[in-house]
Order: sequence, then C-alpha cells, then structure tokens
Amino acid sequence: MSLTPQDIARIANLARLELQPEESERMLTQINGFFGIVQAMQAVDTTGIEPMAHPVAAIQDITLRLRPDVASEPNQRDLNQRSAPAVERGLFLVPKVIE
Amino acid sequence: MSKLVQGYEVVIGFETHAQLSTKSKIFSRASVAFGAEPNTQACAVDMALPGTLPVMNIGAVERAIEFGLAINAHIAERSIFARKNYFYPDLPKGYQISQFEIPVVQGGEVSFFLEEGKETVRKTVRLERAHLEEDAGKSLHEDSSLGASIGDGRGQSGIDLNRAGTPLLEIVTQPDMRSSEEAVAYAKELHKIVTWIGICDGNMQEGSFRCDANVSVRKPGGQLGTRREIKNLNSFKFMQQAIDYEVRWQIDQIEDGIAIQQATVLFDTDTGETRAMRTKEDAADYRYFPDPDLPPLVIGRDWVERVKGEMAELPRVMAERFVQDYALPEYDATQLTQSKAVAAYFEATAKACGQAKLASNWIMGEVSRRLNASEKSIEQAPVSAAQLAALIGRISDNTISNNAARQVFEGLWNQEGDVDVIIEAKGLKQMNDTGELEKIIDEVLAANPKNVEEFKAGNAKALNGLVGPIMKASKGKANPGQVNALLMKKLG
Amino acid sequence: MTVAELAQALKTKQASAVEVATGFLARLGGNPHNAFLDIDSEVTLAQAQASDARLAAGTAGPLEGVPVGHKDVFVTRDFATTAGSKILTGYRSPFDATLVQKLGASASGGAGMVTVGKLNCDEFAMGSANENSAFGKVTNPWDTARVPGGSSGGSAAAVAARLVPAATGTDTGGSIRQPASFCGITGIKPTYGRASRYGMIAYASSLDQGGPMARTAEDCALLLSAMCGPDLDRDSTSLDVPAEDFTASLKNSIEGLRIGIPKEFFGEGLSADVRAAVDGALREYEKLGAKLVPISLPRTELSIPVYYIIAPAEASSNLSRFDGVKFGHRAKDYTDLVDMYKKTRAEGFGNEVKRRIMTGAYVLSHGYYDAYYLQAQKIRRMIADDFQNAFKECDVIAGPVAPSVAWKFGENAGDPVADYLADIFTLPASLAGLPGMSVPAGFGAGNMPVGLQLIGNYFKEAQLLNAAHRLQQATDFHLQKPAGV
Repeated sequence: MSLTPQDIARIANLARLELQPEESERMLTQINGFFGIVQAMQAVDTTGIEPMAHPVAAIQDITLRLRPDVASEPNQRDLNQRSAPAVERGLFLVPKVIE
Repeated sequence: MSKLVQGYEVVIGFETHAQLSTKSKIFSRASVAFGAEPNTQACAVDMALPGTLPVMNIGAVERAIEFGLAINAHIAERSIFARKNYFYPDLPKGYQISQFEIPVVQGGEVSFFLEEGKETVRKTVRLERAHLEEDAGKSLHEDSSLGASIGDGRGQSGIDLNRAGTPLLEIVTQPDMRSSEEAVAYAKELHKIVTWIGICDGNMQEGSFRCDANVSVRKPGGQLGTRREIKNLNSFKFMQQAIDYEVRWQIDQIEDGIAIQQATVLFDTDTGETRAMRTKEDAADYRYFPDPDLPPLVIGRDWVERVKGEMAELPRVMAERFVQDYALPEYDATQLTQSKAVAAYFEATAKACGQAKLASNWIMGEVSRRLNASEKSIEQAPVSAAQLAALIGRISDNTISNNAARQVFEGLWNQEGDVDVIIEAKGLKQMNDTGELEKIIDEVLAANPKNVEEFKAGNAKALNGLVGPIMKASKGKANPGQVNALLMKKLG
Repeated sequence: MTVAELAQALKTKQASAVEVATGFLARLGGNPHNAFLDIDSEVTLAQAQASDARLAAGTAGPLEGVPVGHKDVFVTRDFATTAGSKILTGYRSPFDATLVQKLGASASGGAGMVTVGKLNCDEFAMGSANENSAFGKVTNPWDTARVPGGSSGGSAAAVAARLVPAATGTDTGGSIRQPASFCGITGIKPTYGRASRYGMIAYASSLDQGGPMARTAEDCALLLSAMCGPDLDRDSTSLDVPAEDFTASLKNSIEGLRIGIPKEFFGEGLSADVRAAVDGALREYEKLGAKLVPISLPRTELSIPVYYIIAPAEASSNLSRFDGVKFGHRAKDYTDLVDMYKKTRAEGFGNEVKRRIMTGAYVLSHGYYDAYYLQAQKIRRMIADDFQNAFKECDVIAGPVAPSVAWKFGENAGDPVADYLADIFTLPASLAGLPGMSVPAGFGAGNMPVGLQLIGNYFKEAQLLNAAHRLQQATDFHLQKPAGV
C-alpha cells in the first residue's frame, strides 16, 4: 500500500495537523516505509476470527457495566477551567464558528 | 398512490434526536437539567480532560429498551459503541460516542392517521434503527461582545459544554414518507410516543426533540434522487414549510437541468427558505471504530421482559382496547390516545356516563377546540371528566337538548357551577311535558295551514316550516325528538 | 533502601517521613539524567508531614511516608502534568489519577506514599528510548551516552539512580519492561484491566496499563498490591477482580515450575550478549527446580504490524481532544478556527506523535478500516489464542525483553521503523493483555544491564513476582548500582 502526497494532505487535514512541505515529504517516506512491514499482516487468513476489543475477552466475556442514573457531580467550573486558554463569563472562547 | 408535486414523487426520511429524560448524562454523573449557567454542569469527563473515561448510565439503556418495545422493534442482545471522529468546538473529545454497525434498537414501525382529501388513511413508517449516543455542547455566536476580554475585535464564539454528554436516542426511518403532511404527522406521532412512555420530555423549544429531514424527489418509477438534509427542525409548523420549500426548490433545479448536490441545509424561519450550510469537508470521513473504552452492551431477555411488564399500556395497545371495549372507531381511538392525560380523561368520562361515543365526540370536539384556543393542556381543563360525564348524562336522559348542552358546557368552562345548577340558572331544561308541547304544536299548526296542506300533499320538507316556530314558541326547550313524533302523530 | 526497608524504618520510627523526603529531594536537586519534569518540595514536604501524623496516630497506610515518583502521564492535582508534550504546557489537572490516589494519602484510603515529583517520558508514551520527550531526553544512569529505554525512561532512570525508591510507569507495548531492562531495575505490567486507567492519559486504550518500577520484585509486589483493584465507577475497562496481596506467595518454592521458552524469541535478531545473560538466568531457574519447556509463539513477528496499526489508530482518536479549546497550548497566530486547530496541534505535538496520529487516522479512514484495523484486531485474537495454547504446556513464559542492551544516542538515527522492530519481544504480551515483568538478569555489551522477561497467564501476577523474587534471592544483579550512584 503506497501513500501519495494527496493522501498525506487529506489525512493531515482530517487530523487537523499543519505540516510544512519538508515535514509532509518526510512523513510520506516514513509512513510508506512502515506500510512495508504491514504487508505480511494482510496476507494472513483471518476467516471466521472475531476481532478482539478487550484483551481479557480471550478468556471471559467482558460486558459493559451500567451505573445508576444519579447526578452526583458538583459544579466545579473554576477548577475544571483553570487551564483553559481563553474563558469569558464561564464560556470557552474560540474563533467564531460559522455554520 | 403517492401525492405528486409538479409530477414528481417526494421521498422523505427522518432522523430524530430525542434527549432522554435521565437525571445524569449518558457517560458521566453531571446533571442534565436545562438552563444552568454555562459549564456548571460539565464535569471533567464532559470536558474531555486528560485521563477521563466514560461510564454508562443504566437509565439511558432502559429508555432505549422502552422505546424499542413501544415501536415493536428488535432489541439487540449485544450492541457496540463506536467513536465518530471529527473536530468541532462543541465536541470536546474530538469524537462523539455513538453506535455505528450494531445499534441497540433495530427495525420497528410507527403508525398514524393522515387526512388525504376526504379520506382518513392509516400510514405506517418503518424505522431502520434507533441508537444511543451523546449530545454535543452548544456554541453561542450571537453575542458580539464575546472576546472583548482577550482583545479579539473579530468576535469569538462561546462554548458551553453543559449539554455535552446528554443522552440522545437517534431515531432513523426508512425513506417511507411521500409528502410533507405525512412527514409532519409522523413527527407528531413519534413525539407522542416518546412523551407518552416518558423517555423524553418532548420540549422542542429547549431542544429535547430535534428532527432532520432527508428530502429528495424523483419521477414516479425512477431511481431515488440525491437527497439534501434539512437540519434542526424544531417546530411542526416550520417542518412542513421547510420541506415544501425544499421540494419546490429541488424540482426547480432539476427542471433547469441542474443536478442536485448532496448537502446539509438549514431552514431560515424569517425568509421561509432553505439554504446550504458552509460545505463541510469532502464527504466527512468519520473513521468509525468500536470505542475501546466501552465493552459491548448486553441486554438479556429477562431485562426486556421486566421492562415490558413495568411499562404503562402503550398508546397503540390502548387505542385497540378502546376500539374493542368502547366500540369506538379506530380514528377516535387514535385521537383519544394522543396523550396519557387525554386518554385518562376520556376513560373517566366514558365510565362515569356510560356513553363512550358521546364522550369521544365531546372531547375531540368542544373540549379540544377550547383547549387549543386557550393554549391549555387537558390537565388544565376547567371542566372535569366528572362534569363532562354529568353533562352527557343530562343529554342522554333528555333533560336538555344538544343545543342547550353547548350552552351548559360554556357555563361549565367558565366555572359557573355544576351541570344541574347551570341548567337551572340558564333555564335550559328541555320541555318534556308532552301536554304543554301538544298545546304549542296545535297553536303552530293552526297558524300555519299552508305548511300543513303542503305536507299532507306529500312535500316532506314542509315540516321544517313547522318545526322552527314550534322550537321558537317553546323557547328552544322542546325536545326535538318529541316534536317530530307528535307532529307525525297529529298530521297522520 | 528498598521500599520494603523504608516502610519498615518509617513504621518503627527509625526515621520520619519528612527526613526521608528531604533526603530524596536533596538527591534530585539539579535533576540528574533529566529524569524529572516537575518537582515541588513544598507539596512533597506537606505530604510527608501528613504521613508523619498518620504514623504517630497509628492510622498509617502500608507504605506510609515512602517516596514515589509518578510518570508524567498520570494526572495530579498538585503537580503539573505534561505527558512529555508541549501541548499540555501549563496544564493542572483538577483531579488525581486513580493509581495516584491508591498509592497516595492514606487519609483518603491510599497506601500513604509521598509524591516526590513527575517523571519524564516519551511524549504521550510513544517511544522506546525517551528521546521523544518535548522536554529533553533522559540519560541512562549506567552510561549517560545511552538511552534509558522508553517510554517510562524517566521512571527507570530515577529508580536506577536512587533518586526515588520506586516509581510508576505505564506499559502499552513494553514501556515498563524495556526501560526496566535497560536500567537494571524490576518492573511489572499487570493483566489488562487490573489497574485503573482513570487519570492515565490515554495513548492506546486497549493496551495501556500502569504498573510499578522499583529495584526488587518485593517492592514491585508491595506497590502492585496497592495499585490493582476494581475502579468500577470510573473505568469501564477495569475488571471486577478483587485486590490481591501479591507479597503473600513471594517466597514460595518454584520447584516444578514449568518455564516456557518461545523459540521465536531466540532467533537471529537477538544479540549474543543478551542471549548469554538470559541463558544464565534460565540456568539459575533450573537450579531452583524449575523446568524449561520449549514452546512456540508462531505469530511473534506479526505482533509488530498488528501493534503499530492498533495503537496509532486508538491514539489518533485519543489525542483529538488536544485542540487548544479547553486546556493546554493554543497557537498565538491563526486565521480562523480550523487554522487554530492545525497550528495548535502542529506546534504542540512532536514528530513521533504526529507520525502515529497520521498512521492511525489513515488506517481508520474510509476504505481502509477492514484491511488494516479490523484485520489487526483479528490477528490480535489469534496471538492471544497462541499464548493460551502455550500455557497448556507451561506456567510462565521467559525470554529476553529486547534484542540488545540500551543503545547509544543517535545510533538508530532517523528510522522509526528500526525502533518499532526492537519491540518484538514485548509487544505480544501487550496485545494479549497478559501480565509481564522485567527482572535484572545480568550484564551485556558495554556492561549495560540485561533484563529477563517473564510473562504470565491472566491474573497470575503473584506467580510472576514469586518467580522473580526467587531469582533475586539467588542472584545479585538487582542489587548492583550504576557507577557514581
């Protein structure tokens, strides 16, 4: 599987990363190098195998735990926002969002 | 037979996001109460602070089960939560936890009645699925003073994450609807169901019930057209307007030779037009994958059975019971089961007076009219079920005529007292004493010989000319049935 | 002194917690090896004072007053947290990670340890040499021209250099075991789900596990006992398996213990010096009565592409929350919202992190999910099944931790894939979620430490620690110190 510069640009956009031109080039080479070792993986016949989400599912069925519907979190706005880059009147500020 | 618009068939599917009526969020223990100060109901998990993890709220799952039962759907024994990845400031994690390949509710259907011309037709819309997911926060754009504190003259948007993490049930239909009327009727029926079973408060102004309409057009027999999605339809009135506009717009485009592009559009309530939103990136790639923080949700048969047993009678089932037990037409039964409160009012009335059809007529008629006009709900009706039952009783036992009954009802609505008190006060008692009535009839017959002659000559309509004066002479208190019977007797 | 010795000394009032803390704080002045990212003596001494009060009142926790360092991917209220990244500049968590709580203040139910500081690591735990930290590399106390291993490089170096008696690390693909091996200390990664991930900044959710790093198996057992246990209210992947006292069976005889030797771990890639040390340790085990059993883990090599598909995929999603909106770094100059995101993340993330985000986003993207991510998760199950087959023939599995000793800085210059290949022995146990340890087993090239890896079946941490402890009673590799320490 060989990626193209267009792929790199598309992925960088999806991942919201700004890459400089030489970064993009380096990224392309390195990721393509990595996909070289991925080829062996694709050749494996996995018919009938269930994917494994939780590792311990190998030996027991792990299912979602459900908690009671209780609102117990107190208002901790100031503490939670203490590392925010921009806050005004309790709102997080971001460049204007246009719909 | 679909209703065509300018020769085109309209195809509509709906996606509805219903906020579930839990106390806490779907994946955190923060409150979901509406109207709190910004970010005072957004805990560390909701703010996606580093190291936080989701923990599932049983109340959200239970409500999904209730919904699945209410619409006769399959409730998946095992369903998976998946991450829908995209960047937006009101989406703190940069992904939404939703369900993708395996949702909790699969299939199901919603039935309702639709007036098509003079007919009342029963429609059924099939549901594709309903799944659990978390709501995003809110962006506030309108306040241009935001950003003053950081010296940003361009203005900023303010993000409030109180709503982030509120449990949602996303309800998706098949593209079964063929007109805007049908779509609105579906939305109203769905709204009734979710509020009836108590899983959603249905408050559209507060955003508890949000509909997106997928609309396309095609020539009958042709392939499905490209659809555009009208987002965030939050009132039934605007829903119909928006869909109608969109349909006409699409047809105009096609007639002009312009192909429809897939797009998301918003309805502008001021201009009455739909317009495309700023185009998101080429067919947003959400990179769905099963959320590794959440093992599969397992719902055993016994849990479903228990919920079924504890659920209040569903509207559809109750309507069928009304048809059976009260010999009501289907249409009446559906109308009377529009809400639990209306149904309870009806049953109380019907049981008290024993006249189910009359009770139905009065509730669907006078009561509904007055409630709508005064914007009251049936819980706030000034006339109680007992009073209505008493009124119906006085009609049945001939104490008052139908006409008089309306006046009595007016009195009841204005809380002038109980039925008998008002009848007395307004002097509305029907004249049931045949002696006095016979005297009046004789007088009227004597005064109108021409009508008598015409009637005896074979003109049945001539009777009307006699009934009027008789009613007038009796000051409306004559019992019309008795009048007719006596007239026939006297005139042979 | 070891953790066990310190705990005892504190309990018997031979020293006070304040004295002990002061001693360690003095040693880490100047931040040797660049091991620490945040130190705050006021906070540490306040914790020590609280410990002394508990010791006096007789309400002490099992490790009351013993100092510990936390890898900087564990969030802490009272210290900065960066995960080794510029994108978390200035971040102060409003809560402590569960594992920090469990080791911390005994008044809140913890073991009573005193936090000495936050330890350097590869950025977001992505790396095998601690060269990927935004705040400078960490040096190996045995030879400062060499890497300490990663991603828990700061933790390993701090313990090896006696700057702390113990530290927490995290292991996603080997990040406790490998630095422990490179720095001549002991470390254990528990069964996936046994130690809470709440408050542990996520890299790869289905692989991350926190665990202790110290000089002895006994010390690891003491910390692990406090760290493991259900966290049902906060972590949905936490298993409802009761807390266990892992010290109880430390001294058991290992007569008849079947030690599986995977042939795939002893191929050509393994350097001779490491092989010699590992073989030496295995001979010790035979002397102690264990039996060596040849086994096969046929898909060992496949674990590299499988891991490097799954981990970046999960990471690409986990790291999306770092967007400059709610916390951390935000770019100064940008034109609009999307530009703000792109510049913030470009400025805040290092190269390896960006590379893994890109790879991860790619393998999850439309059209590639089945061929890569789904395929990898299926092979993962096959790898787990291979282990279950192996455990029919043996009780624990042993082998090297890494193909070589710690390399010199700059040796693997520029080729990330070469780094990935060196993870070959630790990745399989990570993918299967099995518990794994590294125990000092000798020395190799350049007199650098070599670790022996022990892998146990699910929930068999006690057995691993027992085996490790018995080796440490028969050898003294774990007692050796780097020169000048």
